[in-house]
Amino acid sequence: MTRDEIQSKVQDVLAEVLGIDEDEVTPRATLTGDLGAESIDFLDIVFRLEQAFDVKIEQGELFPENLQQDPEYVNDGALTEAGLHALRAKLPHAEIDRIEDDPRLARVGEIFTVDAIVSFVERKLGAAA
Amino acid sequence: MRWLWIDRILALEPGRRLVACKTVSLSEPHLHQHFPADANNPALPIVPGPLVIEGMAQAGGLLAGHARGFVDDVVLAKLRRVELDFEVLPSATIEFDATLANIDDSGASVDGTVRVHDPAWDGPRDMGRVDLMFAHVPPQREGLHVADAFGTLVSASVHAGGLSTEAFSI
Repeated sequence: MTRDEIQSKVQDVLAEVLGIDEDEVTPRATLTGDLGAESIDFLDIVFRLEQAFDVKIEQGELFPENLQQDPEYVNDGALTEAGLHALRAKLPHAEIDRIEDDPRLARVGEIFTVDAIVSFVERKLGAAA
Repeated sequence: MRWLWIDRILALEPGRRLVACKTVSLSEPHLHQHFPADANNPALPIVPGPLVIEGMAQAGGLLAGHARGFVDDVVLAKLRRVELDFEVLPSATIEFDATLANIDDSGASVDGTVRVHDPAWDGPRDMGRVDLMFAHVPPQREGLHVADAFGTLVSASVHAGGLSTEAFSI
């Protein structure tokens, strides 16, 4: 499957999950800031991507899990260096650079753009092939 | 679940599908408010749409809870899609046919078909779809626990016949 084909399906999924028009789902749009995703939508996105691409996505594989509970990763409401490093290692598709200068937890949603989801699926399908 | 808005479980295929039903009665007080007569119109007692969604949420929530042995509380988190095509009147029976689409530690999604049997009709009619998402949260011990309500429903459903207790074993 080409990246364009993956992008088209990801657009369908995000438009359906978030109840928005497909033309709003642009590659650089962030899920939370631009597209209005809430926490339960992240689980919905995982479920629908699994169906759309016939893959199994483990918890914490696409979006971070239990980050706030680890004092090594979070201090005073912001990600620590170790937290940023862990995110990069666990979520290579996410755009960590976007929040590096101001890594408050409230901004973590910004690391997930439409492009990041497409990259995740592309990597996932590549690994399965 | 602190109250039941389904009367009976008609079928349970663990981890896959649960069908439940609710017969609507004019003795339910909310029907007298939805809608009362006014100066221009006679009373029109029809089931509020959110209660139809509630019925599917209870059927789907029990299906999801049962699939994991009721280790978590199952909380309605999102209406994925709701399409209800007509009104339901007293004496009709609403059937909630819930299928488990996905489930993991975080939550579950359920696709639901709503069917209505009205004594004035020759047969059942599909009313629409209610697709839902549930979140799994640590169990709250206050009030009725979901498994308690489930137990009451199971007793009634088995007593009615046609269902074995084995299907409900957790």
